[in-house]
Amino acid sequence: MYLAPTLLVLAVVGGWPLARTIWFSLSDAYLGRAAEASFIGLDNYLLLAGDGEWWGAVWNTVVFAACSVTLETVLGIGIALVLNARFTGRGLVRAAVLVPWAIPLVVSAKMWAWMFNDLYGVINAGLAGLGLIDGPVAWLADPDLAMAAVVMTDVWKTTPFMAILVLAGLQMIPDDIYEAARVDGVHPVKVFFRITLPLVWPVLLVAVIFRTLDALRVFDLIYVMTSNSRDTASMSVFARQQMVNFGDLGYGSAASVLIVLIVGLVTVLWLMAGRVRLGAEGGR
Amino acid sequence: MRPGLWLAVGLILLFSLFPFYWAIVSSLETGTALFDADLLPSGATLRNYGEIFAAQPFGRNILNSLLVAGGTVALALTLAVGAAYALGRVAFRGRGLLLMVILAVSMFPQVAVLSGLFELIAALGLYNSLWALIFSYMIFTLPFSVWVLTVFMRDLPREIEEAAIIDGAGSFTVVTRIFLPLMAPALASTGLLAFLVAWNEFLFALTFTLSDKVRTVPVAIALISGQSQYEIPWGHMMAASVTVTLPLILLVLLFQRRIVSGLTAGAVKG
Repeated sequence: MYLAPTLLVLAVVGGWPLARTIWFSLSDAYLGRAAEASFIGLDNYLLLAGDGEWWGAVWNTVVFAACSVTLETVLGIGIALVLNARFTGRGLVRAAVLVPWAIPLVVSAKMWAWMFNDLYGVINAGLAGLGLIDGPVAWLADPDLAMAAVVMTDVWKTTPFMAILVLAGLQMIPDDIYEAARVDGVHPVKVFFRITLPLVWPVLLVAVIFRTLDALRVFDLIYVMTSNSRDTASMSVFARQQMVNFGDLGYGSAASVLIVLIVGLVTVLWLMAGRVRLGAEGGR
Repeated sequence: MRPGLWLAVGLILLFSLFPFYWAIVSSLETGTALFDADLLPSGATLRNYGEIFAAQPFGRNILNSLLVAGGTVALALTLAVGAAYALGRVAFRGRGLLLMVILAVSMFPQVAVLSGLFELIAALGLYNSLWALIFSYMIFTLPFSVWVLTVFMRDLPREIEEAAIIDGAGSFTVVTRIFLPLMAPALASTGLLAFLVAWNEFLFALTFTLSDKVRTVPVAIALISGQSQYEIPWGHMMAASVTVTLPLILLVLLFQRRIVSGLTAGAVKG
């Protein structure tokens, strides 16, 4: 009885629209006249399979997710280790680390787009000041550099989330274990890989899965920083462009369904990989 | 070890804070001063701030965002408390599965429901209204709120509730008179996170609204444009960015512990 309203709302905002999206993906629906759409089977999917632009978007998304999640995991662990050490002003530093997390994604995207501006951006000015570049670099116009810029912005924005979760994991490790390792004279690097990492592994895995799923559906950041540009468009940007800008509801919906399948597949793979690793750690 | 630690702390601070500092500096400059990469603002002025409120309905956009985020939080928490009570306290078949389904909905790619939701919103006559946003934001705030509140609810001792039931309290009284006060901290954490998510949402807000008057802040900032393609008003953009971000940062600094406990509740305990 207490559950019913929640389930009803979720069915209306989640279940029903998803079912409609799946139906659209099997039809030739166009925006504004979806009612007169007819069933065309898997035609949209077959068309997608041969669409270079779609595969480009898939590739962009995979590159984006792999690069940004790897970087923010490494940075997040590093920051968490530093924040776990005892020093004066630690509370303030912890609060400061949360700042990027609090900034709306659209605002982050605009801030970094301004910093990456080719003529007046502070990044080019800084690099030129250090003598690292000769002339202005067009960060957001060059295909490879644009992806690097987008990844950089995402890493900045989401590393705090990673750091906070890892820090919570670190704080659950009892001090006795480190004490024992210190008494035995174990090298700090070995302590990290043999004690710290295995013990925060479950938390880390959850954080990495969350972030991977989030990165695979990226929209705001890429849309705001580079608009609908082909070189950086993610799967979500592609699907929305087909549906809203071109009005091709069927085609865009087919892409959306594929995104769900890809995200689901990646989740299953992560969970399986995590379990295998966990088993290996436990066996030692 | 110590100097190394301080160097690391310094780098972390620089990395975390410089971009926002730079946005503040840029927001205080106009004309050619904006185009010098000086670390301190030259000729600081608040003109950009005045202009975004005068030339654009930016005040209106902020009000919209407040209404949408506030409405979303109120609705999501009301629904989630009941659901969390059922999931955390009442034992029934398939509870674990249901919890997993609810969690799965929150990790769903938003674009997958975009076309169906668009059709539904148009059919309900909500297109281009704030209700469309409050309604659609349930898809990510509700599952997340249910999840976090369920985790908190499970940790509460059963004895209190049993004592109330022995004294003759019905389940509605138990929820409203016993759980609500006990869960106030959890509600604050969840509410804050849901507020931030709703405040920041972009894809639905961009797709389900059309006119300046119903736009929320993220869409308004994304669509700020100049006279021509080559004349992007960076000063305005940075002023708008700082205006909407400063309250959020204060909120986060004030409620740091609440937010961290809300963020980690799902991941560490679940």
